[in-house]
Amino acid sequence: MLYIDSISKGIVIDHISPGLGFRIFQYLKLEKSDYTVALIINAPSKRKGKKDVIKIEKHTDLDLRIIGIIDPDVTINIIRNEKIVEKIQLSPPQKVEGVIQCKNPRCVTSTEDNVTQTFSLLDKKELSYKCDYCDHIYNWEM
Amino acid sequence: MKHLIDSMDLSIEELEELFTLSKEIMKDEDKYRFSCEKKLMSTLFYEPSTRTRFSFEAAMLRLGGKVIGFSEASTSSASKGESLPDTIRTVGSYVDLIVMRHPKEGAPRYASLTSDVPIINAGDGGHQHPTQTLTDLLTIIEIKGKIENQTIGLCGDLKFGRTVHSLIKSLSKYEGINFILISPPELKIPEYIKKEILLKESIPFIEVETLEEVMGDIDVLYMTRVQKERFFNEADYVRLKDTYILDNKKLISAKKDLAILHPLPRVNEISPEVDSDPRAVYFKQAKYGMYVRMALIIKMLGAI
Ligand SMILES: [Zn+2]
Repeated sequence: MLYIDSISKGIVIDHISPGLGFRIFQYLKLEKSDYTVALIINAPSKRKGKKDVIKIEKHTDLDLRIIGIIDPDVTINIIRNEKIVEKIQLSPPQKVEGVIQCKNPRCVTSTEDNVTQTFSLLDKKELSYKCDYCDHIYNWEM
Repeated sequence: MKHLIDSMDLSIEELEELFTLSKEIMKDEDKYRFSCEKKLMSTLFYEPSTRTRFSFEAAMLRLGGKVIGFSEASTSSASKGESLPDTIRTVGSYVDLIVMRHPKEGAPRYASLTSDVPIINAGDGGHQHPTQTLTDLLTIIEIKGKIENQTIGLCGDLKFGRTVHSLIKSLSKYEGINFILISPPELKIPEYIKKEILLKESIPFIEVETLEEVMGDIDVLYMTRVQKERFFNEADYVRLKDTYILDNKKLISAKKDLAILHPLPRVNEISPEVDSDPRAVYFKQAKYGMYVRMALIIKMLGAI
């Protein structure tokens, strides 16, 4: 088995559904980071059989709420001095601001310049969101 | 109520207050002739809708108020590229109430975020048209004496018809409502309406493809237009359109106290021979629309 060093400080995004690790990596724009980041795919998991893991060797102010939309099953561990000091269980956020773009071509957000795209959670299981302006439904495709 | 953007913004209590006031105005209009004497209303119509604009303007003028506005975007500052919030802030500093029609869905909601004066949504794209829903509800109350415990038939384009969607949502707040949804398979009610409203609230409904098979069960029949452009080809349209045209023959099996509604303008979905049938109430409906807008303006301006 491939061995990845455990980190002494930083963030471990664990229990990512296989295949979604790269999506999360992209959404967090980790390819642009100037610190050590590891993306591990298809690691064995007791809970899920297989899982993806992302290790970030820094405490950042990354907007982790986004992860909850992509994969609500993940756990986030905050590591300090080689110990987990905080476990964050994510669930899809009730409100999402400025992340999703409304796909309705007739939506006011498609023509007005300074409007902030805001969406409200409609269905937790299906990860569907509703545009606060036009009610258009957005399904987060896996 | 600060703004009226979505028909669901109104609780049953607020709806009842509006309908009670509408009835009072109809009974003694003279009493309300100066209710809005010192008030100014603006009609910002970014797309033309003469019918709706006249209804609002007539309502305000009958209350003694004054109106300014435009009736298409090309004559407004929007054509010079001004943002919606800027227009709303400017106009809001002149007037007491803004009535807004806009082709973009959600535009009135966006406008309300920066507006100090109340905004009434007079239609935003295919999205919402709450004062049409108020009109429909008042018509049902006036003609049938109540909203509760009735079978409501909705016929025609149930997929794209926004008035149908918000009417279903509002009616589902009342007790004992049954829906019969009559449409070609291509124009059935959207899944989200079924899921979010009908199934979620356990409201009985059936979906059928012809009017004849259900006519005798319906208390209120809401007709809508079946537009040619909704079909992929002319042949489908020609094949289907007659199925959804109401005429005297289809009314043979209907209840004696049926109420036939239509949001107007009508094209050919109700044959003119039906107009003289006492059950046809769509022209009265237009009049109720003005009265319910009078009540709404009074409420929103606190002019009582
Ligand atoms: Zn939208």
